[in-house]
Amino acid sequence: MAFESFNEFIAMGGHAPYVWAAWGVTGALLVAVVLHARAERRLLLRNLQRRVRREERQGANRGEMAGVSHQTGGNHHDT
Amino acid sequence: MWAFINKLRSPKWFYAIGARLQPFFWVAAAALILVGTVWGLAFAPADYQQGNSFRIIYVHVPAAFLAQSIFVSMAMCGLVYMVWKIKVADMAAAMMAPLGAAMTFVSLFSGAVWGVPTWGTWWMWDARLTSMLILLFLFLGVIALRGAFSSRDSASRAASVLAMVGVINIPIIKYSVDWWYTLHQPATFSITGRAAMPMEMWAPLLIMVLGFYSFFIALTLMRTRSEILRRESNKRWVRDLAGEKR
Repeated sequence: MAFESFNEFIAMGGHAPYVWAAWGVTGALLVAVVLHARAERRLLLRNLQRRVRREERQGANRGEMAGVSHQTGGNHHDT
Repeated sequence: MWAFINKLRSPKWFYAIGARLQPFFWVAAAALILVGTVWGLAFAPADYQQGNSFRIIYVHVPAAFLAQSIFVSMAMCGLVYMVWKIKVADMAAAMMAPLGAAMTFVSLFSGAVWGVPTWGTWWMWDARLTSMLILLFLFLGVIALRGAFSSRDSASRAASVLAMVGVINIPIIKYSVDWWYTLHQPATFSITGRAAMPMEMWAPLLIMVLGFYSFFIALTLMRTRSEILRRESNKRWVRDLAGEKR
């Protein structure tokens, strides 16, 4: 242990502002990067699920309408 | 070996292998960074000249190493993409750029903060500092260039070319401290020479460097898998995946 007490550790021999600023910014950025990656993944999975569900619904609708009118090609225009 | 590389070409395989490798690198990153932090901040001896401000080295050097390695990785991915048209390489390159910019910023910021008590200035147009600032602009340039095209292929090609050309800056950064020795001290680590520090000082540094590299690998695996979901969302297997997950 390079320090006698916890207060001494915090004070960093008078270099506290420099040491803690450098370490703080580094730590904050690493955490932010991980949180961003997690949010990104969740969002993409959710969007993908939503799209797959929507297209399944549209697919089902199109299937019903196929027998009625083929020319309009189902309900493409409602989105 | 070639069979393995051929499998990696396919986003589906990368997605599966990435999922298997990822936990290993996350655990390694967390453990190494934790040990390196405690050792570097509390147990390593203070420098006899710089006192405790020396502890900034444990974030400064790993960030600077990683920033340069990320740029080289990005350039290699660009080459692989341009030569063999491997899409996963381009996805990985796109996903590592922001972390590269962040790490370059960390090395510049921690260096500036360290410079105040050590050199009496936070900035000077020293060769090492300037070439690192150029690295930051190169990362930001690659990111901006990707966003500037409406066609994904054009964006990927332009970003790959910029990364491959910009990689010339890396040897300039490396040798800047020897060619124009003005402010920044020469390399702390060398593979051939004797360590310039006692073991209690460089061991935590080595651990932090390995931790940062593990972090980069884990994050790139994770984000490239996300990017596969984004770009391959029309593929059958990706849509099947959406059904399985939650």
